[in-house]
Amino acid sequence: MASGKREEFKNPVIGWIDERLPVFTMMKAEYGVFPTPKNFNYFWNFGAIAMVMLITMIVTGIVLAMHYTPHADMAFDSVERLTRDVNWGWLLRYLHMNGASMFFIAVYIHIFRGMYYGSYKKPRELLWILGVVIFLLMMATAFMGYTLPWSQMGGWAATVITNLFSAIPFVGDSIVSLLWGGFAVDNPTLNRFFSLHYLLPFVIVGVVFLHVWALHVTGSNNPTGVDPKGKQDTLPFHPYYTSKDTFGLLIFLLIYVAITFFAPNMLSHPDHYIEFDPLVTPSHIVPEWYFLPFYAILRAVDFDMNLMMLGGFGIMFLPFFLCFGNCFLGGKLPKVPQSPIFIVAGVVVFVAGAFLSGMIPLITSVIIIPAKLGGVIGMFGAVIVLFFLPWLDTHPVKSARYRPLYRFFFLLLVVSFTVLGYVGAQLPEGIWVLLGKACTAYYFAYFVVILPWLSKNEKALAVPASINEAVLKESKKDQQLASGAAE
Amino acid sequence: MRISFLNTLFVVASLVLVVPSLAVAAGDVEHAPEHEWSFEGVFGTYDRAALQRGFKVYREVCAACHSMNRVYFRNLSALGYDDSQIKAIAAEYMVTDGPNDEGDMFERPGKPSDHFVAPFANKQAATYANGAYPPDFSLIAKARHNGPDYIAGLVSGYVDPEHGTEVPEGKYWNKYFPGHVISMAPPLMDGQVSYPGGTAETVAQYGLDVAQFLMWASEPKLEARKRTGIKVFLFLLVFAGIMYAVKKKIWADVH
Repeated sequence: MASGKREEFKNPVIGWIDERLPVFTMMKAEYGVFPTPKNFNYFWNFGAIAMVMLITMIVTGIVLAMHYTPHADMAFDSVERLTRDVNWGWLLRYLHMNGASMFFIAVYIHIFRGMYYGSYKKPRELLWILGVVIFLLMMATAFMGYTLPWSQMGGWAATVITNLFSAIPFVGDSIVSLLWGGFAVDNPTLNRFFSLHYLLPFVIVGVVFLHVWALHVTGSNNPTGVDPKGKQDTLPFHPYYTSKDTFGLLIFLLIYVAITFFAPNMLSHPDHYIEFDPLVTPSHIVPEWYFLPFYAILRAVDFDMNLMMLGGFGIMFLPFFLCFGNCFLGGKLPKVPQSPIFIVAGVVVFVAGAFLSGMIPLITSVIIIPAKLGGVIGMFGAVIVLFFLPWLDTHPVKSARYRPLYRFFFLLLVVSFTVLGYVGAQLPEGIWVLLGKACTAYYFAYFVVILPWLSKNEKALAVPASINEAVLKESKKDQQLASGAAE
Repeated sequence: MRISFLNTLFVVASLVLVVPSLAVAAGDVEHAPEHEWSFEGVFGTYDRAALQRGFKVYREVCAACHSMNRVYFRNLSALGYDDSQIKAIAAEYMVTDGPNDEGDMFERPGKPSDHFVAPFANKQAATYANGAYPPDFSLIAKARHNGPDYIAGLVSGYVDPEHGTEVPEGKYWNKYFPGHVISMAPPLMDGQVSYPGGTAETVAQYGLDVAQFLMWASEPKLEARKRTGIKVFLFLLVFAGIMYAVKKKIWADVH
């Protein structure tokens, strides 16, 4: 990374080391003088914040593991014991428990920032993909951590989620046995979850390293989405962004600390304080809040799909499938632009298929995708679709600031994702079922239909020529406002 | 741009706030009345006198059926008892220990290092004797929604069953219990436990005291947690203030 020009250091010890292993040169190049766009807003703090949370989780987790016993008969007791009898054990546990939530908050805001300002677009596609990999790894790690206290909620969440894999045709049952290490959620399950919960964070560290490396190759995006054109557009990372990141981090930590010390169980569920009993099902099993939107998508698909309904989906997403196929076949398939006709036709076929369910031999009488598998496809698809985002949104303008239509549809996505999170916590009945389905439909339509359509058809507003110009314009406006207020 | 972005955020935020309140209105579960507890809030602490009274209620009534295996006699120092008092309390119980040098189990008086003595040998024995398993009380206040309010409500929540509802033999009707049909008979009566110093000897008061005691058992480090929290929060607040000034100074030449 820094095998090129070396810096000169006054301190002889640092100089001696740097001649042999240029870590100080690297640090200076990547974190000292690294040219960073000068117009970052506070949304750009959350990468650094997520990094601090990752380190916090690893440090508290390592110490917790010193006191934790990964055995079905002793896990719950050992967690209680460490909060009651280990010095500062309560602090470690509450920091780790709420740290997971805060880590996800930071990462969700980080993802929001990336999507709002188009940070996934060329040349940052791989940077984005590595980010989605980190997100997936985080989800796996958090899920396994949730089961470790071996509480009613943890044990049953493990039962419900691992059972989902049984929906996969042919190999599903074998996968479930492998996850369980037997024929039910039991001690072997806990052992492997503990082992993986300890391993995966270090895998995350590795992918974060690649993520940051890729970032330092392409450089950061910024609120205008216009790449820096020269020195007037950037500032050295230190001291400008070290000071800004530290300030933002401290505000974030204030919230983290307030929850940890004054309401440590606010984001948790009472069933987390009852020991796991495989014979007693809790009345209401819910995952951690940060999985609720995906849980709602899982439950939104509660219908079996026949061939005709599947065909309806095929018609709706035809342009997407053709484009996707072309990626692998080198453009041999015909290109079809995204148009509302496909949606209308697809919906009509889908509804007709659902209505005629079981009536036409083969076409509607055979279930192709059972509800359970459909839900699992939906849930994983909701994350997998993020990998394709750079190719679904190919509009040349990055930032939502200059794309009013994109901004509207994207913020609607945020609303529907939030509503999904709320629906995920409710019993699947009444209005919640309908709301969950509508928001799920919008979630996928946004990625597969709306973004490709906007890429072709949206007329963007005038984009500033450079970051510097945008900043000057902004400060001029501020001054006018200030002088206006003074009068 | 900024303004429309903030507007949209505002709409999102109000949706997020409104939807849950609609859902709560739709629910039909009767929640136990909310009380003001001394341990609530940033500066909250346990009321030592209430803890001691609650412990007395637990010892004389609840402990007949409910174990409390995660609480040790030595923990009672947090209630304001000194070492000799704790030794005396522990010694009132007989504890099975062993095996001794001859390989036999034996009984001995309790020590501060023992945990509270369970009324039944195991879960099966407790279930058989009571018709349902009386849950262990070590974590009960955290294992129920609004635990302390729920506990205080439950002990005084026995009423006549809803019109037209048949309650099976040996079961009781409680307005705060999920599903209403509970296996526990009304556990407390006015005047059942004698209090020193003129505190009202009513079921309502017993409920408040035992709820406070069980909250302490669930969360014994609450006071240390809040004390530490105030220090950490203030430290970070001052640090954030300094960093804000530093950031402003550094950025002064850019804006």
